[in-house]
This record gives sequence, structure tokens and C-alpha cells, in this order.
Amino acid sequence: MSTFIKLLARNRLAIFGAAVLGVIILLIVVTPLLPLPDPDATATADRFKRPFSDGFILGTDHLGRDLLSRLLWGTQLSLAVGLAAALIAGTVGAAIGIVAGYFGGRIDNVIMRAIDMLMAFPYILLALAIVAALGPGLLNALYAVAAVNIPFFARNVRGVTVSIAHKEFVDAARLSGMGHIRILTTEILPNVLPVVIIAMSTTIGWMILETAGLSFLGLGSQPPQADLGSMLGEARAALITAPHTSIVPGMMILLIVMSVNLLGDGVRDALDPRLRSGALSRPMAATLVRRDETPPEEAETEAVLSLENLQTRFEVGSRIYRAVGGVSLAINPGECVGLIGESGSGKSVTALSVMGLVASPPGIITGGAVRLNGQDLIGAPYRRLRALRGDRVAYIFQDPLSTLHPLYRVGDQLTEAIRVHHRISRDAAHERAVKLLEDVRIPNARARIRSYPHELSGGMRQRVAIAMALANEPEVIIADEPTTALDVTVQAQILKLLDDLRRDRGVSILFITHDFGVVGQLCDRVAVMYAGRIVEEGTTAEVLDAPAHPYTKRLIACVPELGAGRRELHAIPGLPPAVDQLPHGCAFAPRCHKATGLCATSEIELTGTGRKVRCILPEEDVA
Amino acid sequence: MSLALETRDLTKTFDVGKRLMRPPKAQVHAVHPTSLNVENGETLGIVGESGCGKSTLARMLVGLLPPTSGTIEIEGLSGGSSPADFGRVIQYVFQDPVSSLNPRKTIRQILEAPLIHLHGMGRTERSARIDEIFDSVSLRPEFLDRYPHEFSGGQAQRIGIARALAANARILVLDEPVSALDVSVQAQVLNLLADLKDELGLTYLFISHDLAVVEAVSDRVAVLYFGAVVEEGRAENIFASPRHPYTRLLAESAPVVGRPIGGQAQGELPDPMNPPPGCAFASRCPRATDICRTDRPELRPIEGDQRAACHHPLDP
Repeated sequence: MSTFIKLLARNRLAIFGAAVLGVIILLIVVTPLLPLPDPDATATADRFKRPFSDGFILGTDHLGRDLLSRLLWGTQLSLAVGLAAALIAGTVGAAIGIVAGYFGGRIDNVIMRAIDMLMAFPYILLALAIVAALGPGLLNALYAVAAVNIPFFARNVRGVTVSIAHKEFVDAARLSGMGHIRILTTEILPNVLPVVIIAMSTTIGWMILETAGLSFLGLGSQPPQADLGSMLGEARAALITAPHTSIVPGMMILLIVMSVNLLGDGVRDALDPRLRSGALSRPMAATLVRRDETPPEEAETEAVLSLENLQTRFEVGSRIYRAVGGVSLAINPGECVGLIGESGSGKSVTALSVMGLVASPPGIITGGAVRLNGQDLIGAPYRRLRALRGDRVAYIFQDPLSTLHPLYRVGDQLTEAIRVHHRISRDAAHERAVKLLEDVRIPNARARIRSYPHELSGGMRQRVAIAMALANEPEVIIADEPTTALDVTVQAQILKLLDDLRRDRGVSILFITHDFGVVGQLCDRVAVMYAGRIVEEGTTAEVLDAPAHPYTKRLIACVPELGAGRRELHAIPGLPPAVDQLPHGCAFAPRCHKATGLCATSEIELTGTGRKVRCILPEEDVA
Repeated sequence: MSLALETRDLTKTFDVGKRLMRPPKAQVHAVHPTSLNVENGETLGIVGESGCGKSTLARMLVGLLPPTSGTIEIEGLSGGSSPADFGRVIQYVFQDPVSSLNPRKTIRQILEAPLIHLHGMGRTERSARIDEIFDSVSLRPEFLDRYPHEFSGGQAQRIGIARALAANARILVLDEPVSALDVSVQAQVLNLLADLKDELGLTYLFISHDLAVVEAVSDRVAVLYFGAVVEEGRAENIFASPRHPYTRLLAESAPVVGRPIGGQAQGELPDPMNPPPGCAFASRCPRATDICRTDRPELRPIEGDQRAACHHPLDP
């Protein structure tokens, strides 16, 4: 709730709307107490008095009634009717939407087709028909406006309900013995309520307008009762001779609807979790860099890609998440280096920082260097990064279904990837794409190139993603959990393919994973990450056979190995630390059985050459 | 030993492309006739890759999905007709611990639901029972009044297990209970499950795609491929000496440190809309002969209590 108010308060237009609406509401609340003349008392002698004359602040209308008094009483009525219509439409529409979305199938079909038919009528025609059937009157106009708006709520709520009704907690509620009514009211309703409130806040202004429209046509409030629409309607005849009689209610409608809409949009933006998380703020083309000092030029190395003390953080409000807290890692030509860690250890952010792909905001690279063949890429101009992305350094991600564009054929996406970096003809690029698909062993490549991503299986899609990464013969491929979403038999095929490709082409691979088995089969060297830092590094055999850091050792022991039969598994007590509240000293110390007071007092350095460990009490000696 | 759960020829078929008056365009056989037995106090592991029907099978066992044909008997009684009838005897632990908890309810409200609706307990009785269950999954009582988003995956999964225990069911269907968790936390949850089983005498159906995990926790294992059990046997034997070529492919594909990348068989699952007449694995199988492509093999005993559905079972 407090975050909601804070977010709303940041939106200046919404605050302006709230202020205007607040003043209007205050006025109509105190209206009965004000010394105003009777709004319905006619005095034909005083007709069409101009504003500020003879004690009539806003003048009088064609029957000599005080306009200020009629305006305030009329506003009260219009607002009340609009609000009531929104509540009725919201309640009935939400009820219909929840029932349709939850039960689905035939019930859903019948209800939603009926709603569609309701929507097919122009709204004013429908409202007119309802009022014609029920007879004119303010209450009937209210029903008509509510009925016309029911489909909007029903469709919105149904959509949300469908997605919630298939969540596992609804299944769990059924297994807990709850009936349908109870599930609808206690499980689903609380989750769709924000949607109803959002829809209501954005339509209430519209409903006030619609009610005013019906009253303007003489179908809403009946004389002498004043509401904003009927005041406008009555003033129409004197539009030229006494314009103030139209302008006064017209201005009030404008103010109400504008303020309600501004506030409503603010409420929507503050409540909608997608908008709140910044879905509307487009990330920058490259990660923001805020380095205090440029690291000195490095001595010549053979490494094709080297990270030096790379630091990336996320700044969300006042919180700072140090996702990558100084990572140094070098990858030699033709080498496969594994970067292993649990979720939240910073391995993916490290990988994305290389090409400035961390979303900014909130991501910021605050220090260190990333050198590709000795050239620092941190802070490089966007043009240069763009020329390197996909050309010299390519990525393979976990989920090929979301990395491939669903609406383009895979062949077109491959040729595009090639033609972005090479000026070659479309036909030549096409031939190259077929060759690439053959290289990743997609059977019948010439036919498959015309497939859309959804027509391929998960393994085939990942092969296409690999082909795309290979398209420009990069020096480095960064593979971020490329087999995690795949079945084991398919995973074996993809791993074999990656292994062959790197041996045939001499491409370097940075392989990010959480699976020791995969690292053991594919990688030459491995670095283990914990809480944003590398805690151990060495050749795969050294690290897996004789882990030096207590974390590595205990993590390996947690992994069940096939062929050892039924057994008790080792577990590491506790949880990894949150990267916005890292403990002092060694981040693993609170979970470590060897920890002493020294572990928490000062920073612990990564020591050793080649074989490195960040521990003062290592399990193995690393010289 | 008495049987905790028995299915006979349990089948599930989904209609694809429903039409108003005419029969649907096609049918997908998600689960072919399947007969399983689980003894009291036993853990039956069910392994298979995506699309093998393991989740459909699990949802039928707890009554979330009505079977197309076949029967389910739980502790000698046929299950019943609604999830509530099933709920007292068999419960489900979901794969995604966070989305299985309603974000707008406190943990106490979530745990109270089965006590109120399945057992009709009073307020004081409920409170005592919840404290007892919460203690048994080693969570601190102050967590009870918090909301699900405040918990990590491992803690949320403990809460999911606590909810299943609250229903006082003797059989738990664990559907990939640790695959969303990190390895260090995964072991904590698996060990908790093992302790609870010993303490409360529970029976588990443990579904997973991770062979090593299944082997570590199960007494017996059933391997599913394309909606049917292709092999069944003791956990210590089934991956060590598989009899069905698919089981061997699975075992060889699992990445193991120090072994070259294995399981090179190409090919993928057949099209479920258009299943082959014979063995579903024939197109990927190095041992396939003509009979494999025309006749579907039945599950039959090979040696001891190891059974396989294969015309040409492997030698040990």
C-alpha cells in the first residue's frame, strides 16, 4: 500500500488530477451546508443573468434559476450516478468474467459470445434502446450506462481469470477440499481485484460522460432536477445569446472527466505490476557504465577474452544489488571455460556484461574491464559494441523459444544475422544459412529452413540458435545454460555438437551452467561463482577431483550421481546471501563448517596462479 | 505388504481441435493403458522426458483430471469422484513451489484450508496441528503469518510439503518437487522428504526427469516413454543394468563427471497425433527389427521383478 502511494505521488499529472477532483468533491460534499438558493426555484424575471451580476456568481439560466446552485447539485448527482454505474458494471462484469474464465469450455463459450453480441451494438444505440424500453429517468440511464460497460469488464476479468485458474495454487485449493464457489471467492477473486480496480479507475470518467450524454438527449434526469447533462441540454437553445449557461456545466464536465482520467491512469500505472516493474521504460542499447577509474592497459596475453575485476550492480530505489563483485577470468583461443554457480550467483550477469547486454536501468557496470583481443569493451561506443555483437562474440541462451522471433522463418532470421555483419547477396546468405543448419546437424536443412520456430522441437530450436551464433564465425561463444531447458537425451546431443564445433573451428566457449556433470564433460577449465565472485578456479579435473574451496567441495557432494543407489544426500545448510546485504569478508562463511572469526573480518583475496581459491582455510593446497 | 495404490489400464486421451457437432479432428493419447502398483511405505520413482505423460498420470492419480478409462484404487478403495474425496488419502506436491501458493493468502491460511475443508477441525485444534506440521518441515512458527513472496524456493517447497501433510494423506505424489531448486537446497528438501517418510510412514510417487535424484530416493522405478511404461524395476538395478534400450539411452545421456558425452542416438519423440503402430521407440532404437515397427510390445517380466516392454530386451 505504501509503495502504491509512493508510486502514485511520483506521477505529477495524477497528483494534479487528484487535487482537482479533491476540490470538486469537497465542494459537492459541503453543498448542502452552503447558503445557496434552491436550485429548482424559478424566477423568470431574473432569466439569463450574466455571471457576477446581482448576487448570482455564475448567473442564471433560462428560467432564472441560480446556476451555481444548479451546478453544484448537478455535479453531485452526475458524480454519484457515474460512480454507481461503474460499481454496477464492475461488479456484474467481473462476476461474469470470473465465472466464464474459471469454468471455461462450453460455459465460457456461451457467456463470451453473448458478451460479444452486446459489444457489437454501438454503445449509444444500445443505451438508447435500454432507456427506450425502461422509459426515461436518471435511474434507467444509470442502468443503461452500466449495462453498456459490462462487456469491457467481463472481457478484461475473464482474460486474467483464465491465466490464474490454471495456476497450481488453484489445483492445490481443489485438493484441499474447497468447492468451486469457495475457490472463486477466496482464491481467484483477490487476485483479479486489482484488475477490476484498474479497469474501474480508467472508465469512470467515460461513464460520467455517457450519463451526461443521455441526460443531454433528455433521457436521463427529468426537469426540474439538475445534472450536468440536462443543464447542457437545456442551455442548448440559448447557446448564442447566453453562452455562459452552456459554458458553466461544460467546464465542469471537462474538469471532472479530465481529473478522473488523470488520476485513473496514475492508479493504473501504480497498481499494474508490469508497468510498475518498468516494462514501459525501454532499456538502453548498451549497459550504462559508471567507472571511476579506467583500468591500466594490460600486458600482452594470449587470452582472446579476458575479464578484469568486472563489477556490475543493479540500483533499484535505494537498494544496491552487487550482482557481480569483481570477476576476473581469461579465456584462451579454442578453450572452453565453465562458469558454474547456483541461481543468483551472478554468472548470467557476468556473461551479459561482456557485450553490455545487462538491462539499464537498473544495471550499471561500475568497474573493471572486458578485453577482447586486448581492446577494452567497457565504455566502448555503441556502434563498436554493435559491430562486435553476434560477429566476434555470440550468445546462446537458455530458452530458444524466446530468443527466436516467433513470426519469422528460421532461415530469414539466420540470413538477417549474417547480412547485418557482411555485405553479401540474399542468395549467398541463404546458401550460407543452409550450410549452417547442416553444420548443426539438422536433418533435411534445405526444407527446415522454411520452418517457423514453433514448428521445431526444443532440441531443433536450440540447434538453430547455435547455428545463428556460428553464423559469423565468432571468436567467442557465450552459452548461458544452453541445455537446461532440454531433456537429457537431447542435452547429450547438443553438448556433443558444441564439443565438436569447438574442436573443428577453434572457437572459444564460455559455458555457463549449474550442472557439474555438464562441466565435467565439456569444459577444459572451470570457475565457481558464489554471491557475485569467483571462489575457485582451475582445470576441470583439478576442481572436480580435489575441490579446494569448502563451498565447491560441499556443492559437489550435494549432487546425486547416477549409479550410486539409494542414499542420504549431503546438503549445505542455510541459503546463499542476498547480494544487497553481503556479509563482511567471505560470503560463504555463515554456511561454512570451517569458518572461524577471521573469515568474517576482512576481504579474502583469490590467491594462486592458474589454480586459484578464495579461502584462508582451503581444503587443498593450491600453490 | 498391502497395496497403497493400484491403477488398472489407466488411460487419458485428449481431444484436439474440438468442433461443435462433429467429432474432434484428432485425439492425443497422453497416457496409454497403464497399470501400476505401489506398496505401503514404498517410494515409486517415475522418470521420463517432457511429453511422456508423467504429469498427466500424476494429475489423474490425485483426481485433478478424470481418466478416460481404467480404474484407480487407493488403499483398497476406488478413489472417488472429486479432488476433495481423493484429498484425504492422496496429496500432491507441485513442481513450482512459488506458483503453487496463493500470493494473497498468509501461510497460515494456506495450511488451514485442508484442515477446514477436508477434516472440519475447530480453531484451537487447527492451530495445534499447524504448529506440529510446521515444526516437522523445520520452519520457524513466525513464518506462518507471512505471505508466499517472502520465501525462497526451498522454503516455499517446504510449505508446499506442509500443506500436503496437513491433509493427513498417507500417499504423496511429488511432481518434480526439487527441479526448480538449486542443488544445495535440493538436497535439503530431499532429505526432509526421506525423514518425513520414516517418521510418518508415508508412501511416495516421485516424479522427475533427473535419473540420479530418482535413483537416490526410490525403491522401485518406472520409466515412461510416449505415454506408456517401458520398463519397471528396482532402483538399484534399473539404471545399472537396463533391459529396455530407451532406459539405457537415458542412463547414458545423463551427464556424469569423467565420462565422455554419451547417448548419441538421434531423433526425437514420434508425433503424438500420429503415433506409430509398433513400438514408439523403434525409430530411435539401434536394435529395432520389423516386428518392432508393426507390433506394440507388452510390458513383461524379464528377470526377477524387472519388467520391460521390448521385443528385444538387452542382456544384463
